[in-house]
Amino acid sequence: MRSTSSPRPVFALADVNSMYCSCERAFRPDLHKTPIVVLSNNDGCVIAQTKEVKALGIEMAQPWFEVEKQARAIGVVAFSSNYEMYASFSNRFVETLRHFAPRIEVYSIDECFMDLTGLKLDLEEYGRKIKDTVLEWTSLPICVGIGHSKTLAKLANKVAKKQERFGGVCDFTSMSEAELDALLEKLDVDKVWGVGRRYAERLNSLGVRNVLRLKRANPRRVRDEFGVVLMRTVQELNGIACHELTEEIEPSKQVMSSRSFGQRVSSLQGLREAISFHAATATARLREQRLYAQAVHCFIQNSPFDERPYFGRSLTIALPSPTNDTFKVTEAALMLLERMYAPKVYYQKAGVMLMELVPVAGQQMDLLGYSDDAGKAESLMTAIDKINERYGRHTVRLASQGYRNDWAMRRELKSRNYTADWNELPTIGERFAL
Amino acid sequence: MSNALEIPTFTLFRLPENLSEVSLPIYGFKLIAGATTGFASPAQDYETVDELNLTAHLVQNKPATFLFPVGKDYDSMIDDGILPGSLLIVDRSLKVRHGSIVVAAVDGEWLVKRLYKRNGEVQLHSSNRDKNYPPIEFKEGRELYIFGVVKDAINKLA
Repeated sequence: MRSTSSPRPVFALADVNSMYCSCERAFRPDLHKTPIVVLSNNDGCVIAQTKEVKALGIEMAQPWFEVEKQARAIGVVAFSSNYEMYASFSNRFVETLRHFAPRIEVYSIDECFMDLTGLKLDLEEYGRKIKDTVLEWTSLPICVGIGHSKTLAKLANKVAKKQERFGGVCDFTSMSEAELDALLEKLDVDKVWGVGRRYAERLNSLGVRNVLRLKRANPRRVRDEFGVVLMRTVQELNGIACHELTEEIEPSKQVMSSRSFGQRVSSLQGLREAISFHAATATARLREQRLYAQAVHCFIQNSPFDERPYFGRSLTIALPSPTNDTFKVTEAALMLLERMYAPKVYYQKAGVMLMELVPVAGQQMDLLGYSDDAGKAESLMTAIDKINERYGRHTVRLASQGYRNDWAMRRELKSRNYTADWNELPTIGERFAL
Repeated sequence: MSNALEIPTFTLFRLPENLSEVSLPIYGFKLIAGATTGFASPAQDYETVDELNLTAHLVQNKPATFLFPVGKDYDSMIDDGILPGSLLIVDRSLKVRHGSIVVAAVDGEWLVKRLYKRNGEVQLHSSNRDKNYPPIEFKEGRELYIFGVVKDAINKLA
């Protein structure tokens, strides 16, 4: 039971509209109203699209060669994925949100939960201010959902995104119970966070089709039929917050390994060892989940509590093809480390995050050499995992040397690295075509 | 003191503010001496010089800051100190006002100009007395996208 003295929790979920496409529009004002798609590594499939594209009948994950002709004929502009730029904009998005809430949880590259508990102001107006500020500062359009639980905040965000009358901000906390229930009654259960297609089918067969029915379901019966996870979802729909803000990232979207150092590390060699360790750990976790990464994100920082200026850097690089190979991930991570490292800093934390994960079955092999040894690498990784499983983690590991590599990949439609490369900045006096 | 010298440098983790990065190794072990013996550091009086952080000085709002170099032939703003090859620091969080110098997109091109906004009329003005470029006017569907306000122009001289 919550004590009466502490205010009721309030969560907001801020989410960038068509993140990758919006990033592509940032330095292409000519495309602000043009339908855009972003393609996976090696220009394989559609992985992001603006809503106009969806309206044209092009689906996510559709192979690009199948729809290219049709898409171009109706004016769709395609981009190869530019993860370096998306990561830069993601950081800007998150940093902007930090001005509005004491605690935020970076849920994915384009989604953050914010803790708005105890703010004595008009929350809808505040949500609007958040939305306007992110647009003004970063050029990214976002939607904001607000509710008394993370599940409600997420649902409110979906409503804000889908129903134009809300103007991009939907605050469940300011609605009356009756108003909210009327709204929930019109939403299908599969719109609820954590209710996948399978749960939705089972719920439908029990007559629970809309969100209001799920909200009113008997929690104990839900627990007996579906387990404790869905029971919590029901409680959360009733405004009882079961999930706190966490720093953990949804496992299926990103895999992360990071740790604070027992003692501060300053040398490049020390950091190389740490980063290699995290690259190996994260990649092993990736293999456990049978996923392949398409981008590697690496960060180093000193402690914000040290009495020294804060120093933190992070970089992201796209991989030539989806991989679960420790060697390739480590090479990439160490290359990023070399670029970020600054001497005379007492580092307190380092980590590696694997992003843009795809299942084994859906992976694409490139034509430039990464695929030919894939079979061999696969069996080598399996062998390494087996040994490590038996004799302890990191029994067999890389010496972490020789990490030069050209990251050849087919990205013919890639936009420039407008925010992170001195040679690719947008220039005054130039035309902003590709 | 001898005791302090045996402690490897990386165990130092509570350095005071205002300690210059360059001076770290020298003051470093004195500090440990202070810490281990319980006395204040004898170097305290000298620790007032902070390293100047140029990035922090130039970038006030990091998520809103973007860089635009000026093209080699772009001379329409030289009277405002924006030269061919200058590096512009653009802060999107600054208010766009009449008289602001802005980076804008017009007819598919990135420009830097002074914004004129009076009596419902919007124009972009150049500042080059010698060449006297005419103002850019916005009428009949000609679109103006203002990317952001230019906060600084950095000119490389050597």
